[in-house]
Amino acid sequence: MDLTILWFCIVGFLFVGYFVLDGFDFGVGMSLPFLSKDDTDRRVLINTIGPVWDLNETWVIVAGAALFAAFPEWYATLFSGFYLPLLLILAALILRGVSFEYRHQRPEAAWKRRFDRMIVVGSAVPAFLWGVAFANIVRGVPLDEGHNYIGTFFDLLNPYSLVGGVTTLLLFFVHGVIFVSLKTDGEIRERARRLAVRAGVLTIVVAAAFLVWTSLAYGTLASVLLSAAAAVVLIASFLANLKGREGLAFGLMAGTIALAVLSLFFALFPDVMPASNDPANSLTIANASSSEYTLTIMSWVALVFLPLILAYQGWTYWVFRKRVTRAQIPVEAH
Amino acid sequence: MNDLLDPLLLSRWQFGLTTIYHFLFVPLTIGLAVTVAIFQTAWVRSDKTKYLQLTRFFGKIFLINFAMGVVTGIVQEFQFGMNWSDYSRFVGDVFGAPLALEGLLAFFLEATFIGLWIFGWNRLPRKLHLVTIWAAAVGSVLSAYFIIAANAFMQNPVGFQINEARGRAELTDIWALLTNKVALAAFPHTIFACFMVTAGLIIAAAAWHLYRNQHLETMRPALKFGLWMMVVAGILTVLSGDQLGLAMVETQPMKMAAAEALYNTSTGAAASFSLFTLGTPDGTSELFSIRIPYLLSFLSTHTLDGTVEGINDLQAQYVQLYGPGDYTPTIWITYWAFRWMIALGMLHVLVAVVGLWMTRKGRSPRWRWMWRVAIWAFPLSLGAMIVGWIFTEMGRQPWIVFSLLKTEDAVSPGITGLDVLISLIVFTLLYGSLAVVEFKLIKKAIQKGPDAPPPVDEETGELKHEATVY
Ligand code: HDD
Ligand code: HEM
Ligand code: HEM
Repeated sequence: MDLTILWFCIVGFLFVGYFVLDGFDFGVGMSLPFLSKDDTDRRVLINTIGPVWDLNETWVIVAGAALFAAFPEWYATLFSGFYLPLLLILAALILRGVSFEYRHQRPEAAWKRRFDRMIVVGSAVPAFLWGVAFANIVRGVPLDEGHNYIGTFFDLLNPYSLVGGVTTLLLFFVHGVIFVSLKTDGEIRERARRLAVRAGVLTIVVAAAFLVWTSLAYGTLASVLLSAAAAVVLIASFLANLKGREGLAFGLMAGTIALAVLSLFFALFPDVMPASNDPANSLTIANASSSEYTLTIMSWVALVFLPLILAYQGWTYWVFRKRVTRAQIPVEAH
Repeated sequence: MNDLLDPLLLSRWQFGLTTIYHFLFVPLTIGLAVTVAIFQTAWVRSDKTKYLQLTRFFGKIFLINFAMGVVTGIVQEFQFGMNWSDYSRFVGDVFGAPLALEGLLAFFLEATFIGLWIFGWNRLPRKLHLVTIWAAAVGSVLSAYFIIAANAFMQNPVGFQINEARGRAELTDIWALLTNKVALAAFPHTIFACFMVTAGLIIAAAAWHLYRNQHLETMRPALKFGLWMMVVAGILTVLSGDQLGLAMVETQPMKMAAAEALYNTSTGAAASFSLFTLGTPDGTSELFSIRIPYLLSFLSTHTLDGTVEGINDLQAQYVQLYGPGDYTPTIWITYWAFRWMIALGMLHVLVAVVGLWMTRKGRSPRWRWMWRVAIWAFPLSLGAMIVGWIFTEMGRQPWIVFSLLKTEDAVSPGITGLDVLISLIVFTLLYGSLAVVEFKLIKKAIQKGPDAPPPVDEETGELKHEATVY
């Protein structure tokens, strides 16, 4: 197989991994105000992702590094072109990350409230902006002959990409809420289940609109089929949730996100950054990629280590498989 | 106005500031991961609760610090593309590989096993739980290797060829890249320096409590441990620094000339090392200077009668090789950064040796100033580390990749000065306020001291660890 295609797949896989995993972290973060009645509730929520949020976030670091190694031109164009949105994403990820670690360091309510807010904002901003970014990649952006982005920040905020942003925001939200229902017990679990159903309806409508728009405007056969599959699986997840099958609903939701991301990647292929002004300036898997030698080395490394990584991460999820309950949260000494 | 909004200048400031900031946390992450693993091993093997207390005490500081290392690291990973896209296009084929290796081999390992360690106290068997902290420690040291190998390529490009058609450098030999002689020398130097910084923290924390005559049971061994760590790591840092100096003279003679502000090529006794210079060190108006003859010759060549090339000769040579231009870094920065790195480092070894002498056989000196000095061990060793990097990176200027690409040709063409100004302000505010919070939290954790050991389970005879919760 052509190595550039293999690496297009690996990059796709890493982003799928990132969105499926950090997606529910974002969702849990955004759900704090909706699912909690008191501080103990909030701590239960945060502890559902406590052991894993960092490793989930590491997926985007590895995805970025893989992009750099395998498609340096794509990395360079994307990251310099989307400068300000990325800045916002970075700032949000910083605030969210430190908040998890710092919120429990002091007992004062004001201290905790501040970090709770940062978790909510720090989760919502990337959940929205990643959708905006990927929608813009699929839609195409103006590039010069040197493949440098020549639009402005506001060009990135077009209707299609905004719908894309709302779609990822909602998908991640529901994904996280279902995760909460799977990982907690008692009242929070009930609340999460009800919220997932209510938010699910809206999500189905918006996601369907986005996938149809993508299919009509930018679709290829494969991407249309994947979009359709994503929509079906999303509805199945909704139904599973209605029936109270949390595990199934969560798995199907992960499938929905994976299929939706894949459908975007298939809509791109063989471009990686289509130029909206002049197709000759587009970046493709051929003109953006690294040399044969680099790709060969990286392929071996990825093929040996990815299974190992999946194994130890899977084991982590296994170790922390139990539900988190209010009883486990110690009363704080003031 | 134009100057103020120069994307190149602002990007350099931003990269420098964010990298230095990232590196405020990295040494403690590396050093404390290993330290905590050592204490925990001591506990598992000896069953003495004081080691468990030390594990948890330093473990808590480690975690507060770790979060900052991670979140600032993501910024680093993205910045090459955001601010230095022409650099990324030019070297991505080579430079991306070690970064991707770092992610796959090191970051995943560290991030996963840290989670297991934090939340695994009451879920994993004792030995397996010990393995998790060692795995995280290995991950953090590995990540340092890969990033230093990437940086070494910028100092001394190897294992590549230029592809004229695509206008970029392409990797031809990954092994050469990973065994770059600058990487092989810089890695031990940096790691040992990280241990010095960590030793500084341990000494400072222990001194704070011992001065107040509290937690003697745990803080006495901690102080001993820290002092020994400082002495051993200090000596190793000096020795490896010497090796790194040799590699540097070979690959970037200009940097050594700039480190000494040596304008004219000198041999033997004339190749002296100035401890201190008053006046401008550019050689034109030297008022006063203390010089050690031969030392520069020795540092650069390991012989007393070696020749050290001066800035003027090198400048002329580079103009011939690379075309007209200024190939001299900012001398006053390299000159003073190099001195401060060495001076602060040596001072620490000295302080630690004195400390070991004064606390020999369980003595506890009651002089106030001693403890004061000990508490400064931490910020000053961190300072040595930072100026060392400033020297390394500023001494490479005007190159971003030595002899291949200049910094001015590396900046993203698409970004505006305003973009970078916004991001610089955002990072400065964000990092500034987080630094305050971080500092207070670490201080509070240190001052609180070690917690009492958990109760013993009557049935199993094992300690009953509480579940860790956020
Ligand atoms: C606690 C910190 C510390 C201490 C005490 C020292 N160093 Fe250092 N030094 C570093 C921390 C550091 C560093 C921050 O870790 C650097 C920056 C880049 C690197 O690889 O290590 C560094 C760089 C660095 C370089 C530049 C390498 C290059 O640019 O290629 C040289 C030549 C030395 N060191 C030499 C020494 C010598 C001869 C020392 C003592 C006699 C010494 N260092 C003590
Ligand atoms: C943690 C230790 C490091 C510190 C404190 C540090 C510091 C700095 C500073 C102060 C600058 C600005 C230099 C100038 O503009 O004159 C700089 C530039 C730069 N450094 Fe580092 N650096 C570190 C490690 C690294 C590593 C490991 C890499 C690469 C893997 C790297 C890559 C760069 C790049 C790309 C630039 C921008 C271009 C330039 O100005 O040369 N640095 N760094
Ligand atoms: C400018 C170049 C640098 C880049 C691109 C970079 C990148 C990163 C990233 C992305 C992380 C977060 C990892 C995570 O989420 O787990 C991180 C953390 C870390 N970095 Fe850096 N870093 C740089 C400089 C350095 C240097 C010079 C060192 C060591 C000498 C270093 C060692 C570490 C360590 C030990 C961590 C701790 C956290 C971890 O491994 O997860 N970094 N860095």
